[in-house]
Amino acid sequence: MTDKRPEVGLFVTCLVDLFRPGIGFAAVELLERAGCAVAVPEMQTCCGQPAFNSGDRADAKAIAKQVIEAFDGFDYVVAPSGSCAGMIAKHYPELFADDPEMIVRARDLALRTHELILFLADIRGMQEFDAAYAGTVTYHDSCSGLRELGIKAQPRALLEKVSGLKLVELPGAELCCGFGGSFCVKYPEISNKMVGNKTADIEQTGADTLLAGDLGCLMNMAGKLSREGSKIQVRHIAEVLAGMTDEPSIGEGQG
Amino acid sequence: MESTSKQFKQNTRVALDNTALQSALGKMESGFVTNRANAAARLPEFEALRDQARDIKNHTLENLDFYLETFEENVEASGGHVHWAATAEDARQIILDICQSVDAKTVTKGKSMIAEEIGLNAFLEENNIEPVETDLGEYIIQLRNETPSHIIAPAIHVVKDQVIETFQEAHTQFDPARSLEEPRELLDEARTVLRQRFFDADVGITGANFLIAETGSTVIVTNEGNGDLTQTLPKIHVVVASLEKVVPTLEDASAILRVLARSATGQEYSSYTTFSNGPRRAEDPDGPEQFHVVLLDNGRSELLGTESQEVLRCIRCGACMNHCPVYGAIGGHAYGWVYPGPIGSVLTPTLIGVEEARHLPNASTFCGRCEEVCPMRIPLPKLMRHFREKSFEEKLTPTAERTGLGIWAFVARRPALYQMATGLAMRMLGALGRRRGLFASLPMAGGWTAHRDFPAPQGRTFQQQWSARGGRRRAGE
Repeated sequence: MTDKRPEVGLFVTCLVDLFRPGIGFAAVELLERAGCAVAVPEMQTCCGQPAFNSGDRADAKAIAKQVIEAFDGFDYVVAPSGSCAGMIAKHYPELFADDPEMIVRARDLALRTHELILFLADIRGMQEFDAAYAGTVTYHDSCSGLRELGIKAQPRALLEKVSGLKLVELPGAELCCGFGGSFCVKYPEISNKMVGNKTADIEQTGADTLLAGDLGCLMNMAGKLSREGSKIQVRHIAEVLAGMTDEPSIGEGQG
Repeated sequence: MESTSKQFKQNTRVALDNTALQSALGKMESGFVTNRANAAARLPEFEALRDQARDIKNHTLENLDFYLETFEENVEASGGHVHWAATAEDARQIILDICQSVDAKTVTKGKSMIAEEIGLNAFLEENNIEPVETDLGEYIIQLRNETPSHIIAPAIHVVKDQVIETFQEAHTQFDPARSLEEPRELLDEARTVLRQRFFDADVGITGANFLIAETGSTVIVTNEGNGDLTQTLPKIHVVVASLEKVVPTLEDASAILRVLARSATGQEYSSYTTFSNGPRRAEDPDGPEQFHVVLLDNGRSELLGTESQEVLRCIRCGACMNHCPVYGAIGGHAYGWVYPGPIGSVLTPTLIGVEEARHLPNASTFCGRCEEVCPMRIPLPKLMRHFREKSFEEKLTPTAERTGLGIWAFVARRPALYQMATGLAMRMLGALGRRRGLFASLPMAGGWTAHRDFPAPQGRTFQQQWSARGGRRRAGE
């Protein structure tokens, strides 16, 4: 075989796997269009962030070790989430700081791991998208992607290539939506105040579609918009870039 | 100060229902946040200065004993006195003794969070000494019998109409029909009242933003000049400061001053930066007869050499709380102790214990905005996570949460079981929710569905679908 395509292991993320597999298939589609060979290791569940952020370091390490092993041998590991990619790329090495053998493997995986949009734009230099979307879109910067991985310009640059799509900036796009993993159920009133501020900003843009790169934030914002009776469609950016917007949007019924 | 951090959740509800507070908090983004961003953008070397400021403090903390002793020597050399206070109680007693030595009736105070930490006002009152706050915000909340809700803007939770009401009640010496509608009129009235208090005070107490080891100077920054009147008019000037405020040299203080006001208010410098060196000398036109520095430890030295040492770099600029969406939702009082916001979520469990303050480091989405703006580059989310680990280890995390996490982790560590269990669950949820696309309520998800709908899963999991289509599982397969 003379196939020199980079081998990409897709880290599906637990939320995408369980709640919106369509994002995973959009990611596969985009990665293949970007010239990658994609495989999905079976031995993945979650990145371990719920344990890590709850102070349960032992379980976080066990799950991290499982991920490190599952993604051995790939040129790249790509996740359609800044939060999970940030966990692997920034926090796994921290978890194994006192384990001389595992830290080497954790750092190696960290260097190979990227968030999907950043990977497509910065690593693969993807320029062309065979996608169209008839709508006015606004974009929320999810915190981990923005602050841990520096994802800000990439999604906007890629969305510009989608024909028919009009992008309007979201005021306070960098403000947290109030999801925060288990935060939103442990401190629901504070979370509600934060997501309420966010949906007010979203409504103010006049956009008909809200996009972001993390399903947790998207489910939080979609759930609040829906509770408020809003008709704004909520989707992961990968669905739009891959032209896979036939499925109902997040929280939208099949009638 | 007594803590109500344990009742954080109740405090939160009270704060969210307080319309005056909510209206005050609504102005933070357009004020502090925008001003800081503009100030940082105007200074090309701002990021490099942050590194320098961090390094100065790291070096100082590594050699804290040396710099504190140098500071003490130089204060004594200029005729002042240094008092070492291991605890809040010690500090209160030292200050009371100084006040009683001149039979003090009233003391004026510049803004000091350390005075709040040691509960100084209440203690002085118990001992028949009247403390008078002279920072406008502090003065307002003292009249209202409240505590600061922000470390640089103590009355940020109070709106103008409440100030008018408070002044009408407190300042009965003025015509009840006078106009107080204009902020300027409120300011002038406070100034008139405070002017006489400055003259009458026997002792003036200030905090310190910096203690300079090489010169024995203490430094305060203010925007009202009240600190200068507090410390130069009375017979005695007492500085109360925690020991991590020390820096080696004047140049070091200058470097950190360049990031302090920019991070705090977006000013290049505060209106007044005042250096104090000992008592009045023979040739000085004014100044106090005695100069005392009370150095408070109160648990800080125990942090040296631990993971929490980094919190001692804090210069109390307030940028973390100005940028925190949780602080922006609930304000400062809900945190329940002296220091609110992200720095409070780390300092409070450090100083009064994780059992008392467990909620604070947990009530964060880890959005990272605090760390992004902290001029001293304190890794606040990392330190909050450290306390989450501590409360998990000490089994302070609620049982339901631990059990839930335990079951989840057990399954997540067994991919085959995980995929079977989640595959079944999502099929069921998906089938139930497909038509409407979401759930308005779900068993065991009340925290979510009280305020939001829950989007239904699409149905079969990604893993099931990938297997069904025979997708590749390994590299090079």
